[in-house]
Amino acid sequence: MIYNVQIKVMPLKDLLDPQGKAVLGGLKNLGINTVSDVRVGKHITLEINAASEAEAKTIAEEASKKLLANPVMEFFEIEMVN
Amino acid sequence: MEITVKTAQELRLTADEFELIKQKLGRTPNFTELCTFSAMWSEHCSYKNSIKWLKTLPRSGGRMLVAAGEENAGLMDMGNGWGVVFKIESHNHPSTIEPFQGAATGVGGIQRDIFTMGARPIASLNSLRFGNLKDKKTQRLLSGVVKGIGHYGNCFGVPTVGGEVYFEECYHTNPLVNAMSVGIMKADKMVSATAKGKGNPVIYVGSATGKDGIGGASFASANITEESTEELPAVQVGDPFQEKKLLEACLEVIETGAVVGMQDMGAAGIICSTAEMSAKGEVGMRIDLDKVPTRQKNMKAWELLLSESQERMLMVVEKGREQEVIDVFEKWDLSCSTIGEVTDDGLLKFYMNENLEATIPAYELVLGGGAPQYTREYAEPKYFEKINEFKIDDVKDIHSNNELKLVAEKLIQLPNIASKRWVYTQYDSMVGAANTSTNAPSDAAVVLAKGTGKALAITTDCNSKYVFANPYVGGMIAVAEAARNIVCSGGEPIGVTNCLNFGNPYNPEVYYQFVKAVTGMGDACKKFNTPVTGGNVSFYNQNPEGPVYPTPTIGMVGVLDNIENKMTLDFKKEGDIILLLGKQQNDIASSEYLHKILNIEYSPAPHFDINEEFQLQQFVSNIIKEKLIESAHDISEGGLLITLLEKGFNKNLGFNVISNEVRNLSDIRNDAFWFGEAQSRIVITVKEGRMKEIEDKCKASNISITKLGTVTSNAIIIDENNWGSIIDWKEKYDTAIEKILN
Amino acid sequence: MKFGVVVFPGSNCDRDMQDALQHDLNKEVIMLWHKNKSLEGLSTNDCIVLPGGFSYGDYLRCGAIARFSPMMQSVIEFANKGGKVLGVCNGFQILCESGLLPGVLLQNAHQQFVCKNIFIKNEVTGALKIPVAHGDGRYFANDNLLNELQKNNQIIFNYCDENGNINTASNPNGAARNIAGIRNKTGNVFGMMPHPERATSKTLNNIDGIKVFEYLGLN
Repeated sequence: MIYNVQIKVMPLKDLLDPQGKAVLGGLKNLGINTVSDVRVGKHITLEINAASEAEAKTIAEEASKKLLANPVMEFFEIEMVN
Repeated sequence: MEITVKTAQELRLTADEFELIKQKLGRTPNFTELCTFSAMWSEHCSYKNSIKWLKTLPRSGGRMLVAAGEENAGLMDMGNGWGVVFKIESHNHPSTIEPFQGAATGVGGIQRDIFTMGARPIASLNSLRFGNLKDKKTQRLLSGVVKGIGHYGNCFGVPTVGGEVYFEECYHTNPLVNAMSVGIMKADKMVSATAKGKGNPVIYVGSATGKDGIGGASFASANITEESTEELPAVQVGDPFQEKKLLEACLEVIETGAVVGMQDMGAAGIICSTAEMSAKGEVGMRIDLDKVPTRQKNMKAWELLLSESQERMLMVVEKGREQEVIDVFEKWDLSCSTIGEVTDDGLLKFYMNENLEATIPAYELVLGGGAPQYTREYAEPKYFEKINEFKIDDVKDIHSNNELKLVAEKLIQLPNIASKRWVYTQYDSMVGAANTSTNAPSDAAVVLAKGTGKALAITTDCNSKYVFANPYVGGMIAVAEAARNIVCSGGEPIGVTNCLNFGNPYNPEVYYQFVKAVTGMGDACKKFNTPVTGGNVSFYNQNPEGPVYPTPTIGMVGVLDNIENKMTLDFKKEGDIILLLGKQQNDIASSEYLHKILNIEYSPAPHFDINEEFQLQQFVSNIIKEKLIESAHDISEGGLLITLLEKGFNKNLGFNVISNEVRNLSDIRNDAFWFGEAQSRIVITVKEGRMKEIEDKCKASNISITKLGTVTSNAIIIDENNWGSIIDWKEKYDTAIEKILN
Repeated sequence: MKFGVVVFPGSNCDRDMQDALQHDLNKEVIMLWHKNKSLEGLSTNDCIVLPGGFSYGDYLRCGAIARFSPMMQSVIEFANKGGKVLGVCNGFQILCESGLLPGVLLQNAHQQFVCKNIFIKNEVTGALKIPVAHGDGRYFANDNLLNELQKNNQIIFNYCDENGNINTASNPNGAARNIAGIRNKTGNVFGMMPHPERATSKTLNNIDGIKVFEYLGLN
């Protein structure tokens, strides 16, 4: 069975996110002043062929740990879609 | 919290150092104070195990305007009132943990050292060492480091004009990432890293402080083990955009004349900059840490003091002129806050919401002040026995022309020799529109110093295999080769910055390598009149399998008073005569051929005589000035044949060279003639009509000269055997590394 | 013809452009700060250059944040009134983001930054050696738009080899139809990835860049 998995990869909460900071500045230039913080990450979708949802999730976790996210600087969250 | 010797040891201070701190303070330090000592007395900040020997290097004289160690980087006189500022630094340990950000922040850090003095950086170089390129881990590291250097340097807008990449097994676990920056400024406009004037405000500029790389300085001073990779200390993230703004704003703010002193915040962040600036000005500071802009809530005093968040500067400004400074930083959308003021009692007092968190005499924290200096013992390494056993007669010479050709084909594709274009095309090498080497390559990068009427020749060099074979001679060769590259480019070598990458200094054999290499470098710098302006030491490049090769990377800068004096390395025209200056030697020691083709790792350093080298460089410098020659390229890794090929690549010109006569005359082996790496040899080309003049000059100056052959339209002909077109050889040379990576 | 060169935070080819125009092409140059709106001293007979670099760090998308700066509003008005605008590298990206030029610049096909000499041509100039230096230079547009650009002669340069052959091997970033630069329909707004300002000086052994300015009528 094919499982659709969505993975959110974000910079660690305590780490500087230069991109988020620059985007925040850009929003201010546009006059959108009510935004107080911006952090920019990645959204990744996987289609995983697995026997069960639990197995698909395990595979997604492994993929995230080993490749999709760099644990030195990023954390990830997995969401099973179906 | 009770502070004991155990706390100190957890902070990587020794029991003796803990006693010393108590003695100096006259009491037991609190935790925050102890943290500041831990950071400032770390190897990285205090040079405690190296300073004794660094002091033996020539650190003044020549064109030196600011002696080594006095400022963030050295300043040398270019003439016409202009100064050149340059420095090289390592970022080895951070790059091992996170290659992209580690290398990126290494580039960022070295740029700040240059512009904090008021100079505009105009060129970057880097010197990289990795393990076997065929290894997947090495490929990942290489790719990350190169991307990181490019990411930061390209965005920051300083061209990466040169450098080196070597691959040796010993760097497998401990890659080396050394970054160099060169800037120019009006010599009398230098901003010192000194705090002065009681009551002057202390201003913090740039990015907010987060918990990045806390304790990085102590971290860099520890062996990397498997556990430390698991431990995953917070890495620093670089923001080149922020640094670019910081550069422009700092240079602009210096123009106001309101700045008393400025220092970047690098290793050990706020504590290091406040301590060093205060100690140097023999003053103190009162700092309100709660006024430091932070990225995270509830940061503790010690975290604020030690954080290594990037793109930050500390500046002391004339009281009453704060607004002029603030206006400039606001123009550039940079945050800037007054966080304290200069005092006259020599004490650093750090407050948090009016609570005194730490009181430390600035002097006691710094190198040259209270920081300990150690004399380490050293002993000749055991592996020297294996080196001494090497005899060239035990190695079978190459006998057929065909065999010679096969070896040459292998050599030109070795990662250490092959084109590094996969690496350097990822760096912006042309921003600034001043890099003259793009379209006309020389042994060193020749960069216009716009506005000065002059140009700079810049290079980084270190063949660490030679240093491993003989630390003293290898140290000398690193300096000699750098000077040779500058001379062959038409420049006058003026000064050196060095990055000393070694293993664990507590290992007497490693320390032997360090002592001898520094001595060799020092002796060579004296000979070439190129004082050492500064640099850094990186110890602990070691893992359970052993240390890296001793790698004292030399960054050297030369001046060309007129760009017309520039000399290029490539063949210019069919029919030009190819000449070798310097003596051929029966020597294949420590050559790429011996090590990588015959797999013999242990052999002595190649032939080197410093007087012979100096004389050759003087001679070549003169004939370049007299405009007698068409090209000059020194013989280095791979030997003569590789040098000839490299001369042919730029314009697709070949060469016809006969060796038999020359070899028979002086009884030189085939392998040594073509692939030996004996030093002090330069291949030049001249127009046919100039032959006699050059020969006479060589005779008069007692320089050995050998006619090798002539430049051809594209064929490579060796001892009357046609080896095909230079274009095919170039293809092999250009694509070798890409083939391994893909 | 006078030139205005816009300085964004993160621009890093602004000085190179200024040097090339002043010293190698003998032009008068006014530097324009991104926070200002005034184009004082410039008329629609003049040219505004958006230089290369990493405006706003290239964060989010290259050119996406710069496009909203006050100066860009004036540049857009200036272009709409017929003033000439040239965007080089990051400047080209900003022009695409702002809608002054059609299409978009994507990350290079090989996903690496690339800096080297390449060749570009059109029917007038023949092959010119000009440096590129970018990570996001892959010109992309849908087929309809590409056909239209071709039909209207809006493609000002294609990547080629040194003999002028337009082929895959000479395309440094995977750009659609080897497109290195385009102009708008009315022919007053130009964008190109290669850096002509890095090739206008004899000291650097390459003056092909001068021919680019000449071809665009900016001399």
